Amino acid sequence: MESIGVLMACPMNSYLEQQLENRFKLFRFWTVPDKSSFLASHKDSIQAVVGNAFAGADAKLIEALPKLEIVSSFSVGLDKIDLATCKEKGIRVTNTPDVLTEDVADLAIGLMLAVLRKLCESDRFVRSGKWKRGQYVLTTKFTGKRVGIIGLGRIGMAIATRAEAFSCPISYYSRTEKPEIKYKYYPSVVELAANCDILVVACALTTETHHIINREVIDALGPKGVLINIGRGPHVDEPELVSALVEHRLGGAGLDVFEHEPEVPEELFGLDNVVLLPHVGSGTVETRQAMADLVIGNLEAHFLKKPLLTPVV
Amino acid sequence: MADKETQQPEELPVVFLHRPPSFILPFGDHLRSQFHVLDPYESPEPYDSFLARHAPSIRALMTMGPTLVSAEFLDRLPALELIVATSAGLDHIDLPACRSRGIVVTNASSAFAEDVADCAVGLLIDVLRRISAADRFVRGRMWPVKETYPLGFKLGGKRVGIVGLGSIGSEVAKRLSAFGCTIAYTSRNKKQSVPFPFYANVRDLAANSDVLVLCCALTKETYHLVNKDVMVALGKEGVIINVGRGSLINEKELVQCLVGGEIGGAGLDVYENEPNVPKELFGLDNVVLSPHSAGGTPEGFEAVLQLTVGNLKAFFSNKPLVSVVSNE
Repeated sequence: MESIGVLMACPMNSYLEQQLENRFKLFRFWTVPDKSSFLASHKDSIQAVVGNAFAGADAKLIEALPKLEIVSSFSVGLDKIDLATCKEKGIRVTNTPDVLTEDVADLAIGLMLAVLRKLCESDRFVRSGKWKRGQYVLTTKFTGKRVGIIGLGRIGMAIATRAEAFSCPISYYSRTEKPEIKYKYYPSVVELAANCDILVVACALTTETHHIINREVIDALGPKGVLINIGRGPHVDEPELVSALVEHRLGGAGLDVFEHEPEVPEELFGLDNVVLLPHVGSGTVETRQAMADLVIGNLEAHFLKKPLLTPVV
Repeated sequence: MADKETQQPEELPVVFLHRPPSFILPFGDHLRSQFHVLDPYESPEPYDSFLARHAPSIRALMTMGPTLVSAEFLDRLPALELIVATSAGLDHIDLPACRSRGIVVTNASSAFAEDVADCAVGLLIDVLRRISAADRFVRGRMWPVKETYPLGFKLGGKRVGIVGLGSIGSEVAKRLSAFGCTIAYTSRNKKQSVPFPFYANVRDLAANSDVLVLCCALTKETYHLVNKDVMVALGKEGVIINVGRGSLINEKELVQCLVGGEIGGAGLDVYENEPNVPKELFGLDNVVLSPHSAGGTPEGFEAVLQLTVGNLKAFFSNKPLVSVVSNE
């Protein structure tokens, strides 16, 4: 397969880059100064594109690559790939589902523990030498807290099984009730928020779930409630969240995602009841390697004319 | 109940409160409603004469915080039969002296178990996923500058070795099993009822683990249980979580191993000379530090109160005690 040209859209993972280099004729698109003349001279050899959540294959790139057969994305979300054009032209598309489920769920529980037990604040307390001048504050118990999950898909379920090991009663909201599931269902997010101590956003971002966490939901969660967002920033009405935290109308928040990444609202930096992460939900060495292996596995399967591992189109 | 409330304190069973002068009793009123609490720091009388005057009536003693209960101190309490500790660890109590005197000791590890186990899991996720360091990165306004944050490590699939599978260790095992970790343990004796693999010593456990969680008692045998040899066996990507006592680890060697990259990271709630923490650790992003706060929740203290009162009431009514420590 050394003769097959693979275009990598942007830098994403050094292990993936190395594995692609070993197997295919790899082109690093981000290192190319003149993109259009590069595409003109390599259009007959590039048969595959590797993209991710930041760069993929838009209609223009697809048009420029007449021999393109497959787009293999190093991501779950495919918003940077023009799926309609791919479908129309018979170009296959794959993603990397499932492999990051556990990491995101682990991080959700990690954020719950970090916010309730004030772990980051306690680390600051020790590092700054304040311990020598007095005792640390009491923190809030996690075991047994009522956990409400918005979106009971793979990630939501993985969060639920973990939280159950901490004896947390689980309830959830989703578009429709899942009758096979034993957890308590609430038909609205406000009702779910009013009946839990920790509310975690684990649904997909769609037009319906944009700002699913609004003022009404935050008020229902209340001054002792904690919001965890490991979904997407726009799930939360961020100015409303910030003012609720600043005014102590909400107990705390653990946030891995923000509305305007990498910008994080300044007002949050001084609060000790929030934990702020730079979108690291799936950011582990092990998971990125599993994702890279899936990207390569899909490409190899395609060119060996075998069934794709994780096809989308 | 009404009768009880009208009882004079002198008619209630006597409990001697053994505490540091600065320690504020979080549930004093509740105790005083049920026991005649003798607190030398509340009396204008000098400590020694207070103790000598009351000693013949003191059958039960309650320890708050890390106040020493030495053999010499026990000699001053000839009528003592019971020590009720409000802590999980008993390293401040001379257990052999208690044994030879026939004094029964109870602890509170079952009341702390959930909170301490939660903290152990929190520290482990924090170290592996770099939560505190990432929070520092965001608050330090580095995200827009550096764009990407270094990858962390996955918790699922990690081999976790638990040192001391008592009430806290068992709660840690239960929680980490749900994350897809495999559990093994070492303790004084192999436990027949436990499905996890047993290792006879901590070095072998470390050699077969990615993570060590220390939640055993500090005794003469477990002092500096984790030394450089154990850390090298754990390996360069290995992580140590300590929610037991600082002196379970040779702290000097721990610092050397962390600074020198002999192990991958550590989550520490306890230290050898609290509240002093080795300052070499302050610059490291692969360690998470907390100020001996693993058991510090209001809910945990309430559980300690229930357990403590339960033990005292059982003692004074000749019923079986709730949380006796086996002192062999």
